[in-house]
Amino acid sequence: MRAIRWTAWLLVVLVAGITIAVLVSDDAREAVLGTPGDGPGIASVGGPFEMVDHTGETVTEADFLGKPSVYFFGFTHCPDVCPTTLYEMSTYLGELGEDADKLNVAFVTVDPQRDTPQVMSDYISPFDPRIVGLSGSPEQVEAMTKAWRVYSRRVDQEDGEYTMDHTATVFLMDANGRFVGTIAYGEADDIALGKLERLVEGSAS
Amino acid sequence: MRKYILAAVFAAILPVAGPAGAHDYKAGDLTIGHPWTRAMPPGAKVGGGFLVITNDGDTADTLLAVTSPRADRGEVHEMAMDGGVMKMRELETGLEIPAGATVELKPGGYHIMFMGVTDGFKEGERVPAVLVFEKSGEVAVEFSTSPVGAKDMPHKHGQTN
Repeated sequence: MRAIRWTAWLLVVLVAGITIAVLVSDDAREAVLGTPGDGPGIASVGGPFEMVDHTGETVTEADFLGKPSVYFFGFTHCPDVCPTTLYEMSTYLGELGEDADKLNVAFVTVDPQRDTPQVMSDYISPFDPRIVGLSGSPEQVEAMTKAWRVYSRRVDQEDGEYTMDHTATVFLMDANGRFVGTIAYGEADDIALGKLERLVEGSAS
Repeated sequence: MRKYILAAVFAAILPVAGPAGAHDYKAGDLTIGHPWTRAMPPGAKVGGGFLVITNDGDTADTLLAVTSPRADRGEVHEMAMDGGVMKMRELETGLEIPAGATVELKPGGYHIMFMGVTDGFKEGERVPAVLVFEKSGEVAVEFSTSPVGAKDMPHKHGQTN
Protein backbone atom coordinates (compact mmCIF):
# COMPACT_ATOMS: atom_id res chain seq x y z
CA MET A 1 0.00 0.00 0.00
CA ARG A 2 2.81 2.33 1.01
CA ALA A 3 4.71 1.40 -2.14
CA ILE A 4 1.73 2.24 -4.34
CA ARG A 5 1.34 5.62 -2.67
CA TRP A 6 5.02 6.43 -3.25
CA THR A 7 4.78 5.38 -6.85
CA ALA A 8 1.72 7.56 -7.36
CA TRP A 9 3.48 10.58 -5.90
CA LEU A 10 6.54 9.91 -8.02
CA LEU A 11 4.33 9.87 -11.12
CA VAL A 12 2.69 13.16 -10.15
CA VAL A 13 6.09 14.82 -9.76
CA LEU A 14 7.32 13.35 -13.03
CA VAL A 15 4.26 14.50 -15.00
CA ALA A 16 4.43 17.97 -13.43
CA GLY A 17 8.14 18.21 -14.28
CA ILE A 18 7.63 17.23 -17.91
CA THR A 19 4.67 19.59 -18.23
CA ILE A 20 6.73 22.52 -16.91
CA ALA A 21 9.67 21.60 -19.14
CA VAL A 22 7.44 21.44 -22.21
CA LEU A 23 5.91 24.78 -21.35
CA VAL A 24 9.19 26.61 -20.84
CA SER A 25 11.62 24.89 -23.17
CA ASP A 26 11.43 24.51 -26.95
CA ASP A 27 13.97 21.67 -26.87
CA ALA A 28 11.95 19.71 -24.34
CA ARG A 29 8.82 20.29 -26.38
CA GLU A 30 10.43 18.88 -29.48
CA ALA A 31 11.75 15.88 -27.53
CA VAL A 32 8.34 15.08 -26.10
CA LEU A 33 5.97 16.20 -28.84
CA GLY A 34 8.23 15.88 -31.86
CA THR A 35 9.15 18.52 -34.43
CA PRO A 36 6.12 20.32 -35.82
CA GLY A 37 5.06 18.52 -38.96
CA ASP A 38 6.64 15.23 -37.93
CA GLY A 39 3.75 13.87 -35.95
CA PRO A 40 1.36 11.47 -37.65
CA GLY A 41 -1.61 13.59 -36.64
CA ILE A 42 -0.23 16.83 -38.07
CA ALA A 43 -0.98 17.73 -41.67
CA SER A 44 2.14 17.63 -43.80
CA VAL A 45 2.78 19.42 -47.07
CA GLY A 46 4.99 17.91 -49.73
CA GLY A 47 6.43 14.47 -50.25
CA PRO A 48 7.61 12.12 -52.96
CA PHE A 49 6.62 12.86 -56.55
CA GLU A 50 7.52 11.88 -60.08
CA MET A 51 6.87 14.48 -62.77
CA VAL A 52 8.16 15.54 -66.18
CA ASP A 53 9.99 18.86 -66.41
CA HIS A 54 9.69 21.33 -69.28
CA THR A 55 12.67 19.78 -71.07
CA GLY A 56 10.91 16.39 -71.09
CA GLU A 57 13.07 14.84 -68.35
CA THR A 58 11.50 12.78 -65.58
CA VAL A 59 12.23 14.34 -62.20
CA THR A 60 11.46 13.30 -58.63
CA GLU A 61 11.57 14.95 -55.23
CA ALA A 62 15.19 13.76 -54.95
CA ASP A 63 16.18 16.21 -57.70
CA PHE A 64 14.92 19.05 -55.52
CA LEU A 65 16.76 18.10 -52.31
CA GLY A 66 19.99 19.77 -51.20
CA LYS A 67 18.62 23.24 -51.93
CA PRO A 68 15.50 24.91 -50.56
CA SER A 69 12.65 24.78 -53.05
CA VAL A 70 9.77 27.00 -54.04
CA TYR A 71 6.69 25.38 -55.59
CA PHE A 72 3.60 27.04 -56.99
CA PHE A 73 0.73 25.58 -58.97
CA GLY A 74 -1.22 26.91 -61.92
CA PHE A 75 -1.96 26.36 -65.61
CA THR A 76 -1.22 28.09 -68.88
CA HIS A 77 -4.87 28.88 -69.80
CA CYS A 78 -4.87 31.31 -66.91
CA PRO A 79 -5.29 34.99 -67.74
CA ASP A 80 -4.25 36.62 -64.51
CA VAL A 81 -2.89 34.85 -61.45
CA CYS A 82 -0.43 32.46 -63.09
CA PRO A 83 1.44 34.92 -65.33
CA THR A 84 1.40 37.40 -62.44
CA THR A 85 2.93 34.88 -60.04
CA LEU A 86 5.54 33.88 -62.62
CA TYR A 87 6.34 37.53 -63.21
CA GLU A 88 6.59 38.32 -59.49
CA MET A 89 8.74 35.27 -58.88
CA SER A 90 11.05 36.33 -61.72
CA THR A 91 11.34 39.77 -60.13
CA TYR A 92 12.20 38.28 -56.72
CA LEU A 93 14.79 35.96 -58.24
CA GLY A 94 16.30 38.94 -60.07
CA GLU A 95 16.55 40.85 -56.79
CA LEU A 96 18.10 37.86 -55.03
CA GLY A 97 20.70 37.81 -57.79
CA GLU A 98 23.21 34.98 -57.42
CA ASP A 99 21.51 33.87 -54.20
CA ALA A 100 18.61 32.73 -56.38
CA ASP A 101 20.92 29.98 -57.68
CA LYS A 102 20.67 28.48 -54.19
CA LEU A 103 16.96 27.82 -54.73
CA ASN A 104 14.91 25.45 -56.86
CA VAL A 105 11.79 27.13 -58.23
CA ALA A 106 9.05 25.07 -59.85
CA PHE A 107 5.83 26.07 -61.58
CA VAL A 108 3.61 22.98 -61.44
CA THR A 109 0.63 22.62 -63.76
CA VAL A 110 -2.74 21.46 -62.45
CA ASP A 111 -3.87 20.97 -66.06
CA PRO A 112 -1.73 18.17 -67.53
CA GLN A 113 -4.24 17.56 -70.31
CA ARG A 114 -3.37 20.83 -72.04
CA ASP A 115 -0.02 21.64 -70.41
CA THR A 116 2.42 19.24 -72.01
CA PRO A 117 6.14 19.72 -71.27
CA GLN A 118 6.45 21.59 -74.61
CA VAL A 119 3.58 23.94 -73.74
CA MET A 120 5.17 24.53 -70.32
CA SER A 121 8.55 25.18 -71.93
CA ASP A 122 7.11 27.85 -74.24
CA TYR A 123 5.01 29.40 -71.55
CA ILE A 124 7.79 29.91 -69.01
CA SER A 125 10.34 31.10 -71.57
CA PRO A 126 9.82 34.86 -70.96
CA PHE A 127 10.36 34.41 -67.21
CA ASP A 128 13.47 33.82 -65.08
CA PRO A 129 15.33 30.83 -66.60
CA ARG A 130 15.82 29.34 -63.14
CA ILE A 131 12.09 28.55 -62.99
CA VAL A 132 11.36 24.93 -63.89
CA GLY A 133 8.01 23.87 -65.37
CA LEU A 134 6.59 20.59 -64.07
CA SER A 135 3.96 18.55 -65.86
CA GLY A 136 3.22 14.84 -66.15
CA SER A 137 0.43 12.35 -66.53
CA PRO A 138 -2.91 13.19 -64.90
CA GLU A 139 -2.09 10.58 -62.22
CA GLN A 140 1.33 12.08 -61.53
CA VAL A 141 -0.09 15.58 -61.28
CA GLU A 142 -2.91 14.43 -59.05
CA ALA A 143 -0.49 12.67 -56.71
CA MET A 144 1.67 15.78 -56.42
CA THR A 145 -1.20 18.20 -55.85
CA LYS A 146 -2.57 15.83 -53.24
CA ALA A 147 0.77 15.68 -51.42
CA TRP A 148 0.96 19.48 -51.40
CA ARG A 149 -2.69 19.73 -50.34
CA VAL A 150 -3.35 21.85 -53.39
CA TYR A 151 -6.97 22.21 -54.38
CA SER A 152 -7.71 22.12 -58.09
CA ARG A 153 -10.96 21.63 -59.92
CA ARG A 154 -11.90 21.67 -63.57
CA VAL A 155 -14.75 24.08 -64.34
CA ASP A 156 -16.38 23.36 -67.69
CA GLN A 157 -17.54 26.17 -69.92
CA GLU A 158 -20.32 26.23 -72.48
CA ASP A 159 -18.16 25.73 -75.57
CA GLY A 160 -16.34 22.63 -74.33
CA GLU A 161 -13.42 24.64 -73.02
CA TYR A 162 -12.66 24.72 -69.34
CA THR A 163 -10.85 26.68 -66.71
CA MET A 164 -9.28 25.54 -63.46
CA ASP A 165 -9.89 26.71 -59.91
CA HIS A 166 -6.68 26.16 -58.01
CA THR A 167 -4.71 27.04 -54.90
CA ALA A 168 -2.63 30.12 -55.67
CA THR A 169 -0.32 29.81 -52.65
CA VAL A 170 3.48 29.61 -53.08
CA PHE A 171 5.00 26.80 -50.97
CA LEU A 172 8.46 27.08 -49.39
CA MET A 173 10.37 23.89 -48.57
CA ASP A 174 13.78 23.49 -46.94
CA ALA A 175 16.76 21.62 -48.41
CA ASN A 176 15.42 18.39 -46.90
CA GLY A 177 12.07 18.80 -48.62
CA ARG A 178 10.28 19.81 -45.45
CA PHE A 179 7.55 22.41 -45.59
CA VAL A 180 8.62 25.66 -43.91
CA GLY A 181 6.09 28.26 -45.01
CA THR A 182 4.06 29.94 -47.73
CA ILE A 183 3.75 33.15 -49.67
CA ALA A 184 0.09 34.02 -50.07
CA TYR A 185 -1.38 35.38 -53.29
CA GLY A 186 -1.18 39.16 -53.18
CA GLU A 187 1.38 39.25 -50.36
CA ALA A 188 3.42 42.48 -50.29
CA ASP A 189 6.59 42.30 -52.40
CA ASP A 190 9.00 43.15 -49.56
CA ILE A 191 7.49 40.48 -47.30
CA ALA A 192 7.60 37.86 -50.04
CA LEU A 193 11.20 38.75 -50.86
CA GLY A 194 12.11 38.60 -47.16
CA LYS A 195 10.68 35.09 -46.94
CA LEU A 196 12.77 33.97 -49.91
CA GLU A 197 15.91 35.57 -48.43
CA ARG A 198 15.33 33.70 -45.17
CA LEU A 199 14.75 30.50 -47.11
CA VAL A 200 18.15 30.94 -48.79
CA GLU A 201 19.83 31.81 -45.47
CA GLY A 202 18.32 28.75 -43.85
CA SER A 203 20.15 26.60 -46.37
CA ALA A 204 23.49 28.20 -45.52
CA SER A 205 23.34 27.47 -41.79
CA MET B 1 -26.28 45.03 -53.09
CA ARG B 2 -22.71 43.83 -52.70
CA LYS B 3 -22.01 44.91 -56.24
CA TYR B 4 -23.14 48.45 -55.45
CA ILE B 5 -20.95 48.64 -52.36
CA LEU B 6 -17.99 47.32 -54.35
CA ALA B 7 -18.63 49.84 -57.09
CA ALA B 8 -18.84 52.61 -54.52
CA VAL B 9 -15.55 51.48 -52.99
CA PHE B 10 -13.88 51.40 -56.39
CA ALA B 11 -15.22 54.84 -57.16
CA ALA B 12 -13.89 56.16 -53.87
CA ILE B 13 -10.37 54.84 -54.26
CA LEU B 14 -9.90 55.65 -57.93
CA PRO B 15 -7.33 58.35 -58.52
CA VAL B 16 -8.78 61.48 -60.09
CA ALA B 17 -6.04 62.12 -62.61
CA GLY B 18 -5.21 59.52 -65.20
CA PRO B 19 -1.60 58.63 -65.95
CA ALA B 20 0.22 60.08 -68.92
CA GLY B 21 -0.49 58.12 -72.06
CA ALA B 22 -3.95 57.06 -70.93
CA HIS B 23 -6.59 56.85 -73.62
CA ASP B 24 -10.31 57.23 -73.04
CA TYR B 25 -13.42 56.42 -75.05
CA LYS B 26 -16.86 57.98 -74.72
CA ALA B 27 -20.15 56.27 -75.54
CA GLY B 28 -23.25 58.06 -74.38
CA ASP B 29 -22.99 58.43 -70.62
CA LEU B 30 -20.15 55.95 -70.39
CA THR B 31 -16.45 56.75 -70.28
CA ILE B 32 -14.09 53.86 -70.84
CA GLY B 33 -10.67 54.57 -69.40
CA HIS B 34 -7.45 53.11 -70.72
CA PRO B 35 -8.11 49.55 -71.81
CA TRP B 36 -4.93 47.51 -71.39
CA THR B 37 -3.79 43.94 -71.60
CA ARG B 38 -0.55 42.07 -71.10
CA ALA B 39 1.86 40.44 -73.47
CA MET B 40 1.12 36.73 -73.47
CA PRO B 41 3.78 34.08 -72.88
CA PRO B 42 4.49 32.03 -76.03
CA GLY B 43 1.80 29.44 -76.68
CA ALA B 44 -0.66 31.01 -74.26
CA LYS B 45 -4.24 30.93 -75.54
CA VAL B 46 -5.88 33.33 -73.11
CA GLY B 47 -5.26 36.89 -72.03
CA GLY B 48 -6.80 39.25 -69.51
CA GLY B 49 -8.17 42.69 -70.43
CA PHE B 50 -8.51 45.55 -67.96
CA LEU B 51 -10.18 48.96 -68.06
CA VAL B 52 -12.20 51.43 -66.04
CA ILE B 53 -15.84 52.22 -66.86
CA THR B 54 -17.56 55.32 -65.50
CA ASN B 55 -21.29 55.81 -65.88
CA ASP B 56 -22.30 59.48 -65.63
CA GLY B 57 -25.91 58.72 -66.56
CA ASP B 58 -29.05 58.26 -64.48
CA THR B 59 -29.56 54.62 -65.33
CA ALA B 60 -27.42 51.54 -64.98
CA ASP B 61 -25.81 49.93 -67.99
CA THR B 62 -24.32 46.47 -68.34
CA LEU B 63 -21.18 45.26 -70.10
CA LEU B 64 -22.48 42.12 -71.79
CA ALA B 65 -19.70 40.86 -74.02
CA VAL B 66 -16.44 41.66 -75.76
CA THR B 67 -15.37 40.72 -79.24
CA SER B 68 -11.98 41.02 -80.90
CA PRO B 69 -10.60 39.88 -84.24
CA ARG B 70 -7.65 38.56 -82.24
CA ALA B 71 -9.70 36.15 -80.09
CA ASP B 72 -12.32 33.48 -80.75
CA ARG B 73 -14.29 34.82 -77.84
CA GLY B 74 -14.27 37.43 -75.11
CA GLU B 75 -16.02 37.03 -71.80
CA VAL B 76 -16.48 39.16 -68.73
CA HIS B 77 -15.08 37.33 -65.72
CA GLU B 78 -14.81 37.77 -62.03
CA MET B 79 -11.81 36.39 -60.21
CA ALA B 80 -12.11 35.72 -56.52
CA MET B 81 -9.76 34.29 -53.92
CA ASP B 82 -11.42 31.83 -51.60
CA GLY B 83 -9.16 30.56 -48.82
CA GLY B 84 -6.08 30.70 -51.06
CA VAL B 85 -7.95 29.16 -53.99
CA MET B 86 -8.24 31.22 -57.18
CA LYS B 87 -11.69 30.91 -58.71
CA MET B 88 -12.70 32.41 -62.00
CA ARG B 89 -16.25 32.70 -63.24
CA GLU B 90 -17.95 34.16 -66.23
CA LEU B 91 -20.46 36.83 -65.24
CA GLU B 92 -23.41 35.21 -66.99
CA THR B 93 -25.57 38.30 -66.92
CA GLY B 94 -22.72 40.72 -67.59
CA LEU B 95 -21.12 43.35 -65.42
CA GLU B 96 -23.45 46.08 -64.25
CA ILE B 97 -22.22 49.67 -64.20
CA PRO B 98 -24.61 51.41 -61.81
CA ALA B 99 -25.73 55.00 -62.47
CA GLY B 100 -23.09 57.45 -61.31
CA ALA B 101 -20.61 54.70 -60.51
CA THR B 102 -17.15 53.73 -61.68
CA VAL B 103 -16.28 50.07 -62.03
CA GLU B 104 -12.69 48.98 -62.46
CA LEU B 105 -11.63 45.82 -64.25
CA LYS B 106 -8.17 45.08 -62.91
CA PRO B 107 -5.84 42.20 -62.04
CA GLY B 108 -7.24 40.19 -59.17
CA GLY B 109 -10.85 41.24 -59.77
CA TYR B 110 -13.16 41.72 -62.70
CA HIS B 111 -11.48 41.25 -66.06
CA ILE B 112 -12.18 40.59 -69.70
CA MET B 113 -10.95 37.19 -70.75
CA PHE B 114 -9.82 36.86 -74.35
CA MET B 115 -10.05 33.19 -75.27
CA GLY B 116 -8.80 31.23 -78.22
CA VAL B 117 -6.04 33.70 -79.07
CA THR B 118 -3.81 32.21 -81.74
CA ASP B 119 -1.50 35.16 -82.35
CA GLY B 120 -0.46 36.10 -78.79
CA PHE B 121 -0.54 39.75 -77.74
CA LYS B 122 2.89 41.37 -77.87
CA GLU B 123 4.26 44.16 -75.73
CA GLY B 124 3.63 47.60 -77.18
CA GLU B 125 0.96 46.62 -79.68
CA ARG B 126 -2.67 47.71 -79.62
CA VAL B 127 -5.34 45.03 -79.63
CA PRO B 128 -8.64 46.11 -81.23
CA ALA B 129 -11.86 45.02 -79.56
CA VAL B 130 -15.52 45.94 -79.32
CA LEU B 131 -17.25 46.26 -75.95
CA VAL B 132 -20.95 45.44 -76.08
CA PHE B 133 -23.17 47.28 -73.60
CA GLU B 134 -26.84 46.60 -72.99
CA LYS B 135 -27.87 50.25 -73.43
CA SER B 136 -24.92 52.07 -74.97
CA GLY B 137 -24.43 49.43 -77.64
CA GLU B 138 -21.10 48.63 -79.24
CA VAL B 139 -17.99 50.64 -78.43
CA ALA B 140 -14.80 50.07 -80.41
CA VAL B 141 -11.66 50.37 -78.29
CA GLU B 142 -7.99 49.42 -78.42
CA PHE B 143 -6.20 47.65 -75.60
CA SER B 144 -2.58 48.75 -75.14
CA THR B 145 -0.24 45.93 -74.23
CA SER B 146 1.95 45.91 -71.10
CA PRO B 147 4.89 43.54 -70.58
CA VAL B 148 4.26 39.91 -69.64
CA GLY B 149 2.85 39.58 -66.13
CA ALA B 150 2.71 43.34 -65.55
CA LYS B 151 0.47 44.44 -62.74
CA ASP B 152 -0.42 47.72 -64.34
CA MET B 153 -1.08 49.53 -67.56
CA PRO B 154 1.77 50.58 -69.86
CA HIS B 155 3.48 53.95 -69.41
CA LYS B 156 2.10 54.44 -65.95
CA HIS B 157 4.01 57.09 -64.09
CA GLY B 158 6.42 55.53 -61.62
CA GLN B 159 6.29 52.10 -63.18
CA THR B 160 9.71 50.49 -63.05
CA ASN B 161 9.41 47.43 -65.21
